[in-house]
Amino acid sequence: MSVALPLPHDSALLHVTGEARYVDDVPAPAGTLHLAFGTSPVAHGVIRALDLSAVRAAPGVVAVMTAQDLPFANDVSPSVHDEPLLATGTVHYAGQPVFAVAATSHLLARRAARLARMEIEERPAILTVDEALAAGSRFEGGPVVWSRGDAAAAIAAAAHVVEGRIEMGGQEHFYLEGQAAMALPQEGGGVHVLASTQHPTEIQHKVAEALGVAMSAVRVEMRRMGGGFGGKESQGNALAVACAVMARATGRACRMRYDRDDDMTITGKRHDFRIEYRAGFDAGGRILGVEFRHLARCGWSQDLSLPVCDRAMLHADNAYAIPAMRIESHRLRTNTQSATAFRGFGGPQGMLGIERVMDHAAHVLGMDPLAVRKANYYADAPGGRLPPGPPGSISARMKVQATHYGMPVEDFILNALTARLEETSGIAERRAEIRAWNAASPVLKRGIALTPVKFGISFTLTHLNQAGSLVHVYQDGSVQLNHGGTEMGQGLHRKVGQVAAAVFGIAAEDVRITATDTAKVPNTSATAASSGADLNGMAVRAACEAVRARMAEHLARLHQAEAGAVVFADGRVRVGGAEMSFAEAAAACYRGRVSLSATGFYATPKLEWDRMAGRGRPFYYFAYGAAVSEVVIDTLTGENRILRADILHDCGASLNPAIDRGQIEGAYVQGAGWLTTEELVWDERGRLRTHAPSTYKIPACSDRPRVFEVALWDGQNREETIYRSKAVGEPPFMLGISAFMALSDACAACGPHYPDLRAPATAEAVLAAVARARGEAP
Amino acid sequence: MDEIRFLLNGAEVRLRGADPLRSLLDWLREERGLTGTKEGCNEGDCGACSVMVTDGEGSRALNACLLYLPQLDGKAVRTVEGIAGPDGSLHPVQRAMVEMHGSQCGFCTPGFVVTMAVAHLNGARDHDDQLAGNLCRCTGYAPIVRAAEMAESAPVPEWMKADREAVGRLSAGGSGRGDGRAFRPATADALAAWYLDNPDATLIAGATDVGLWVNKELRDLPKVAFLAGLRELQGIEERDGILRVGAGVTIARLRAAVADRLPALAGLLRRYASEQVRNAATIGGNIANGSPIGDGPPALIALGATLHLRRGDERRQMPLEAFFLDYRRQDRRPGEFVEAVSFPAACAALRCYKLSKRFDQDISAVCGCFNVTVEAGRVRAARIAFGGMAGIPKRAAHVEAALAGRAWTAATVAEAIPAFAQDFTPLTDMRASASYRLTAAGNMLWRYFHEGAGVATDVLEVAP
Repeated sequence: MSVALPLPHDSALLHVTGEARYVDDVPAPAGTLHLAFGTSPVAHGVIRALDLSAVRAAPGVVAVMTAQDLPFANDVSPSVHDEPLLATGTVHYAGQPVFAVAATSHLLARRAARLARMEIEERPAILTVDEALAAGSRFEGGPVVWSRGDAAAAIAAAAHVVEGRIEMGGQEHFYLEGQAAMALPQEGGGVHVLASTQHPTEIQHKVAEALGVAMSAVRVEMRRMGGGFGGKESQGNALAVACAVMARATGRACRMRYDRDDDMTITGKRHDFRIEYRAGFDAGGRILGVEFRHLARCGWSQDLSLPVCDRAMLHADNAYAIPAMRIESHRLRTNTQSATAFRGFGGPQGMLGIERVMDHAAHVLGMDPLAVRKANYYADAPGGRLPPGPPGSISARMKVQATHYGMPVEDFILNALTARLEETSGIAERRAEIRAWNAASPVLKRGIALTPVKFGISFTLTHLNQAGSLVHVYQDGSVQLNHGGTEMGQGLHRKVGQVAAAVFGIAAEDVRITATDTAKVPNTSATAASSGADLNGMAVRAACEAVRARMAEHLARLHQAEAGAVVFADGRVRVGGAEMSFAEAAAACYRGRVSLSATGFYATPKLEWDRMAGRGRPFYYFAYGAAVSEVVIDTLTGENRILRADILHDCGASLNPAIDRGQIEGAYVQGAGWLTTEELVWDERGRLRTHAPSTYKIPACSDRPRVFEVALWDGQNREETIYRSKAVGEPPFMLGISAFMALSDACAACGPHYPDLRAPATAEAVLAAVARARGEAP
Repeated sequence: MDEIRFLLNGAEVRLRGADPLRSLLDWLREERGLTGTKEGCNEGDCGACSVMVTDGEGSRALNACLLYLPQLDGKAVRTVEGIAGPDGSLHPVQRAMVEMHGSQCGFCTPGFVVTMAVAHLNGARDHDDQLAGNLCRCTGYAPIVRAAEMAESAPVPEWMKADREAVGRLSAGGSGRGDGRAFRPATADALAAWYLDNPDATLIAGATDVGLWVNKELRDLPKVAFLAGLRELQGIEERDGILRVGAGVTIARLRAAVADRLPALAGLLRRYASEQVRNAATIGGNIANGSPIGDGPPALIALGATLHLRRGDERRQMPLEAFFLDYRRQDRRPGEFVEAVSFPAACAALRCYKLSKRFDQDISAVCGCFNVTVEAGRVRAARIAFGGMAGIPKRAAHVEAALAGRAWTAATVAEAIPAFAQDFTPLTDMRASASYRLTAAGNMLWRYFHEGAGVATDVLEVAP
């Protein structure tokens, strides 16, 4: 059967030959215009004068557009209509689009966009968490607070209390393909949009609003993205809307791509967070209560910040049964890029908060951090291994086997998974060896850490958990498939194609997947929240099964057999005593006037979530994993390397182990990058100084761990997901936290004090932590 | 512009009247419809636009975004579309990339495939170095390196050898002529004369820095000269233990030339940008542009290098450090250009330490180069120079003085550390804070001391 096979990416051959087309590679019709934005140079101010005469007079310029020129909605927000496409009087961050220029080439448009004379009266800009708190600059009125039990009382009664805070930086997506879109005007006021987007339906929606037309007049098509990572969930709206409006105004095709510096300056990034914590522990390292204060810098508009901050709260427990917890979440509005979705969607930040608490507590208690982590794990689900510890504690823990938001944890496997990883990674022996090595090494110090991941799978906005598909079987037996998910490199089309092939009993290569298209499958959700294969795989299976059932019924009638006994396997169809190729079966059904096309639909069951109360079951299930990272630091400069990573990750019954492994390896490196070399720096006037790869450093080839052992946990999803697989897009990103904790361990080897490492752990941050460990900090 | 002739995927191209500052990348995508070559950053940092360029010296990977059409005259260009065989059969690195799952989103893949194919052609197996200039955001690189290793043993396909043979038969189109805006001198004398007459012109050697002025700042350069064809400036000679390196020598060639006897310099140059940039950038450009964070000058100053300048028929020379006057201001007269730099061919005491956020392909926050001669336990001479600590590459004169003549001991080092604050008042910027720079610079002296005592100090040498 085609599922579970390690087949290559469906476009692999096109990728390696350069044939794979991205939005900007599609040949443009004659006369196509190219757009560029003119952007605000200041972080906050009122536009007093905007002189665009030099822009209009520049070579190649055909049209210029400001907010006044927009015929209908001036809004590209995915949430609360607070994000104008073009600034209206006030500018809210340095980089905000103020006008758009259309010219005969990309270069001429970029050149012209720089010729505007903007007179902007600067206003005080709110840039930092502290400034926003002081000014009461926030979304949602006040903080969101979720509680379980009386955390303050539990901490007060605890034998040991740890208190501190961790600053964690944001992260630029750095999809290799920058944002891009093209709009082709159609007859009757319609428009056909090609966009590099994770969310074609959102683009369709925003374009329709901007043109004052029904969604049915807008068709959005998306073949593939050159990476998304959440950065193309809402951030592509502006380009597509600008192209559509300009195409309407000029009657010409319009295309736009951001130059890399523009892309990094204009678009949102991962939210940076400060997390303040106070936690009470018993002498055995068991956590009794914890209080968190999440301070998130959301930027100038709301975008997706509320669900991002919710998800940070939802992952404040990570893998740990915590009897009492209080989380206060502040969503702060600042004059910076509007922070947006990024792989993990707040989960990494929330998780790093509790992992920091575990690390800090272990230091205070003088325990191995892994022992503290394991002492606090939820209990494994029945059938799994029971957690270690005295018998009394197991039943005590089973009683609290629900998360702080009240969702039962029914599928926990991390006790068994961690035990296996401890064994395969040899962490205990290596830890001892490292301690001895460090004692003999005055300048270099090594560190090691194991951290777990428990990540909730489903959109927390429950209605988004739906998907549709469209399957055609042609009379020659070839199959064409369409679904609402978008391909950004994650191999979604391959997996979903494997599902279709499995239903029809044909080879995956015989299923052709076409571009995601709002004209084929409507009302799709973003390909986000790791949900792509879960949702669309089920929708595709439903469609394929509908067609197969019709085929089986017809063939059974022809051959006097039971429909239930018709077998589709190995490219053949067996019915009664007869056997034929799938193509012959399709032809027979066509001649028999059987419909060989069907739509499919899926809605995730069991979800029930009250986000204001913070109670319910927001997730269908959890995905799990754990990683051991080993690092070395130089205590003279803070330079550091990841030496080795051992990962054991839970993909349920994998739909494609090769693709899942690729997701895990890539996510680990990206997660480690977030916490090490990737540093966003704004200057005192709110201008982003790291707006190109020359200054913003994602991991390069040699930054991957030299020894990189990745294995998949051998198990099935307890829930009835597509072939019992589990989502894999986001969960392994947080395995990168182990690298950060290993760095903390190495810093702790330098002195008696807690190193209090901040993220990202650049060489400078590591050197500061080494000084703190030694008690040398000023 | 006079004619430019080159081979594109084996077929000859002749261009007349082309904009001399049009990048190969834009030309390939917009004029030729060869969209396999991707724009990822347009500044030479991501490698998505990597192409193979072949001339009489061999084949190299270069970034097409930082290559202007006149630089290609007389050469052969092979894009990803030309990496598979004429009959469509895949190159071994392409096959390996498919089999090892080396592509996910696929956008960086054409660049990787080209870089890998060039490395395969040249028999290079230092994959981390070969691929440092290609960024991938999806895979975490592991499957790409597996693919590169898998392809190692496969023979080089015949079609990949064709450019080397064909390029010998191709005559360059325009050397020695110009149209007033872009000049391509054939001899150093011609350059000297022309530059004297056109002192406002911009000299373009590798275009790895000037390319950013054009691509990012959108600067107009009314008059330029392309030096790529100027063989006279590309010599490396040794006389009496002194290496004289022509200004037009690429960082890649310099690195190879010093690998044996100046391993510390070669090691620093290994971390100079990336393979694609080292194949284009020249040591003369690295010096002449006067960057305070260029990695060549601090090392050369620590070596006691001499700079050779030429203006018309006049020549003069000076200690390299004297060339750098102030931030972006050098002791260079109108019409004067860097001809060569010379320095000792061997120096056992030299060590070069580079601090950056990322190990490979990053710009130094601090680059410290140490050349301390110890005889009979005492410091006989100390030459110490830094990049990233001031507006210019600069010697640490006070630190040198604090060491000179003293016993080479931990006590001496400790006493010399405060002198760093006399030598340097560094800046805070996006790469590092002033205080970190100052602390780390002092700690580099400690590293030099410990290293000399046999203590492990290099994180790159630690095995798990």
